[in-house]
Amino acid sequence: MRYAAPATVDEARALLSDNPGSQVFAGATDLVPQMRSGRPAPSVLVDLKRIERLTAVTHEDGQWTIGAATPAADLTRDAVFTAAFPGLSEGAGLIGSDQIQNRSSLGGNLANASPAADSVPALIANAGQAVIATADGTRTVPASEIVTGPGSTSLAEGEFIVEFTLADPPAGTGDAYLRMIPRTEMDIAIVGAAVRVTVDGDSISDAIVVLGAVAPTAVVVPDAAAALVGASVAGGSIDQSALTALAEAASAACDPIDDKRGTIVYRRQVAGVLAKRAAVIAVERAQNGV
Amino acid sequence: MSDSTTNRRVRTHVTCTVNGDEVDFLASDDTSLLDALRDELGLTGAKEGCGTGDCGACTVLVDGRINCSCLIFAPEAEGSDIVTVEGIAEGDQLHALQQTFLEGAALQCGICTPGFLVSAKALLDQNPDPTETEIRYALAGNLCRCTGYDKIVRSVQEAAVQLRGASR
Repeated sequence: MRYAAPATVDEARALLSDNPGSQVFAGATDLVPQMRSGRPAPSVLVDLKRIERLTAVTHEDGQWTIGAATPAADLTRDAVFTAAFPGLSEGAGLIGSDQIQNRSSLGGNLANASPAADSVPALIANAGQAVIATADGTRTVPASEIVTGPGSTSLAEGEFIVEFTLADPPAGTGDAYLRMIPRTEMDIAIVGAAVRVTVDGDSISDAIVVLGAVAPTAVVVPDAAAALVGASVAGGSIDQSALTALAEAASAACDPIDDKRGTIVYRRQVAGVLAKRAAVIAVERAQNGV
Repeated sequence: MSDSTTNRRVRTHVTCTVNGDEVDFLASDDTSLLDALRDELGLTGAKEGCGTGDCGACTVLVDGRINCSCLIFAPEAEGSDIVTVEGIAEGDQLHALQQTFLEGAALQCGICTPGFLVSAKALLDQNPDPTETEIRYALAGNLCRCTGYDKIVRSVQEAAVQLRGASR
């Protein structure tokens, strides 16, 4: 196995196309454990962190651009980013320990394709777009279209995620991400829920609900969002019948695994509860800021 | 270019700063920074517990941030500034954390201790007056199977008091 640290996207692209069996990485927080548990080593390890664009965070003309290999800690420590996307910052801040957050990235968390990836639901809820380096250029797709199942993605051989773009949220928008883990810290979600709402006057005008860890991929739940849209938030509290409908829709959208960390019944139940709680926080943020 | 057909282990020459000194070493590309520190540079403070980034026994500072050195490939260290547990004392003068860990019996077998010391130092450098909860979250990436953590947390609290006193 050879290590390579390209300085540009073009160099990385060439390394990948010249070396069958090569693989990109950022923090290697998933790659090293996978190699340790017997996954064959890549022919060439292509380190993306020396490419300036891959670790740059910029905000221009109403759009954020987040390098795919940017450490999660850079995002959680960025007060302006966190004020714009508090739920996404929360999700990024839940990926492992402080040590891990100095290495883990949105690109890696997504491309590793774990159903339980903590940054993914809020990335999707904020309509994140992934800019992908292809063999001869780039293509841009919604982040929601990258993961196709546990450990599998729609990225073709030699393709890699360069950056994510996120539009500034509309006025009156708030998001939140909550997860359930069997421990207090340092564990993998058995349910994750991201909710983003836009509040117009005394009601919710737009919503998106995305669940993690309850299906082979993160799932967008349109019925749950529909339950919120139009709901009254007068006085700062969401109409109870809307919250009940939200929870029912969230639970119904689950197709979870059944294991010792969480049964199907439990994961379904918790998905509804977390969706409600995340919605309450998102509305509070939409009305009052972070 | 590719060595995939020859199965040859490629070795890379790496230059970086470790505990304030510029060092260079040769390491196979699939070697972890942890193994390079221990085997090439003789710095055996950082330990391998799990080898998968879960336990924190291999924690070192890389460019001022705590990292699991088992997750870093040695060639990634090129040009970086690394501090290991060997670098936190001033000569023979132990760091306040090392002293309070000793006095507070914050270790038994000691395997996790270098990682705890580096993580705790990074915390106190950033936050000189952390709450107990902040300490516990900051050290959540370091596992200890002997002490039950309370003595470690109390030793960090005591070191924080001493360091704040010293900086007044």
